[in-house]
Amino acid sequence: MFEDHLKVVTLIQEAGEVIGRKKLQKMVYIAKKLNFPFQEKYQFHFYGPYSEELTLKIEELCNMGYIHEVKEKVSGYSQYRYAVNEEGQKLLSTYGAEIELLGDCVRSMNEQPSRFLELVSTIMYFDKFDEDEIKEKVQTVKAKQKYTEEEMDEAFAYISNLKNRVQ
Amino acid sequence: MAKPLGKLHEEKVFKDPVHRYIHVRDELIWRLIGTREFQRLRRIRQLGTTYLTFHGAEHSRFSHSLGVYEITRRIIDIFQEKQTWDPEQRLLVLSAALLHDVGHGPFSHSFEKVFGVDHEEFSRDIILGNTEVNSVLLQMGEDFPKQVAEVIAKTHPDKLIVSLISSQIDADRMDYLLRDAYFTGVSYGNFDIERILRVMRPTEDGVVIKSSGMHAVEDYIMSRYQMYWQVYFHPVTRSAEVILSKILHRAKELYETGYTFKRELSHFKTLFEGNVSLEDYISLDEGVIHYYFQGWMDEEDPILSDLCIRFIDRKLFKYTEMVSFTDGHLLSAYFQEAGINPKYYLVVDSSSDLPYDFYRPGEKEERLPINLLKPNGEIRELSRESDVVEAISGKRRTDHKLYFPMDLIEGIKDESLKTKIKEILHK
Repeated sequence: MFEDHLKVVTLIQEAGEVIGRKKLQKMVYIAKKLNFPFQEKYQFHFYGPYSEELTLKIEELCNMGYIHEVKEKVSGYSQYRYAVNEEGQKLLSTYGAEIELLGDCVRSMNEQPSRFLELVSTIMYFDKFDEDEIKEKVQTVKAKQKYTEEEMDEAFAYISNLKNRVQ
Repeated sequence: MAKPLGKLHEEKVFKDPVHRYIHVRDELIWRLIGTREFQRLRRIRQLGTTYLTFHGAEHSRFSHSLGVYEITRRIIDIFQEKQTWDPEQRLLVLSAALLHDVGHGPFSHSFEKVFGVDHEEFSRDIILGNTEVNSVLLQMGEDFPKQVAEVIAKTHPDKLIVSLISSQIDADRMDYLLRDAYFTGVSYGNFDIERILRVMRPTEDGVVIKSSGMHAVEDYIMSRYQMYWQVYFHPVTRSAEVILSKILHRAKELYETGYTFKRELSHFKTLFEGNVSLEDYISLDEGVIHYYFQGWMDEEDPILSDLCIRFIDRKLFKYTEMVSFTDGHLLSAYFQEAGINPKYYLVVDSSSDLPYDFYRPGEKEERLPINLLKPNGEIRELSRESDVVEAISGKRRTDHKLYFPMDLIEGIKDESLKTKIKEILHK
């Protein structure tokens, strides 16, 4: 019952606090691509892989009173912060199950800027292509973000690093 | 390569209850409609199990796909006069609009969840693989099928083209809202589509709406909101969906544990084994699924048989508002004690399980909002200008329901156990 919701609570708990919905979206996507057991369906959107199902799940968790959401204004736009509250902690201690190796990856991702996670998740979305094709694809679908060659190399290196952590 | 397909000698029209007529002037579109992969959509209902609640909801993905094509065609006719629009892209967009759902299978959402298949991947495979659709598309150029697949996957570099078929106010949503409202018979799905099409403006980053058309868009947003809660998340429909999903889970579990089915499993075997081929997938439709479900009504396994009888004969689960986590686990233990397997007979369904949504602008760069174009050229997100939309989109609303078979609970012989279960359910 609510197993998939519990996994999302676990991820946020491991991160401590996640600043920005976009960041949280990308973190769950990357974790899913690393074969952690997240079931949310993702599609490619303007800003990379995005899951409406996850958005709703987080909203549900806030409404159920397990996740604390703070809305703040940053340069004229709304930004949201997420953390597991006391009820959520109790829930995890009663019904939660540890997801092995997740914490290390999540904390590492949480330290990255969301622009970088957007690049990483987009690269992972196109992982059926080879590296050169992926770079070309990223430059085409993300033309506005103007990712540099260095950023892309850094993202590929970061993906290898994450994959090594879960092996 | 053969000469690219051109105009038909004579325009073809399909009579349509929503758009009155669907006009086909291009040989490419006409031939795509005639392919076996597209014709298969006639045998897949647009709204899955909703017909068990709203008996009129028998319309197919075929009619919806034609509707999306028709709306896109009308938008392009309006865009032809605008500078931002590239007329060369017309057939690409029309093909993508027509084929955007071609990879859907019967009861897609449940199948995707249970078997891990993805209708979007099958759309791509049908467009790029060895199919009739692919051979028709190839007549427009070697790269054409790939471009169509990219538009549908939303990875095409031209954001405007993508946004016509997939955005917060696109041809897909506009058709399904109007069509679903028409066939379910509800009145709140209607909005002034003619007006919306007239105020759509192409930009490099997608479609924007002239601010003078804001009220027509407000109606569209209201319609989306109402349809979400009144039709798509209808608890009776969700009950049928829950049972459908449990049937698939049970059949898969039985197969994996070596159970011998009375009926040969030819269509399901590769799904159960996780290696379904494109041809196997194309052969699935709702007729096939009902054939199996009717056969499984007579299976030896009491759970599979019972669930199929419930689905076919519409003996659905009852529901209540979700109970607390603790009560949920307690109920599960009581069910077990009463010999009712909670894995199949005690199910939580959440709003996040639904493949539909209603409009919320979200955070910066979370997802693309609906943008209004002001007379001074300024772009403003819709909910910042419209009090009506702000009232809906700012309101947090989610829902969870707990589904269970009341008849089995009534049949529990241990009166004290039965009372304990009922007490939790009726809290």
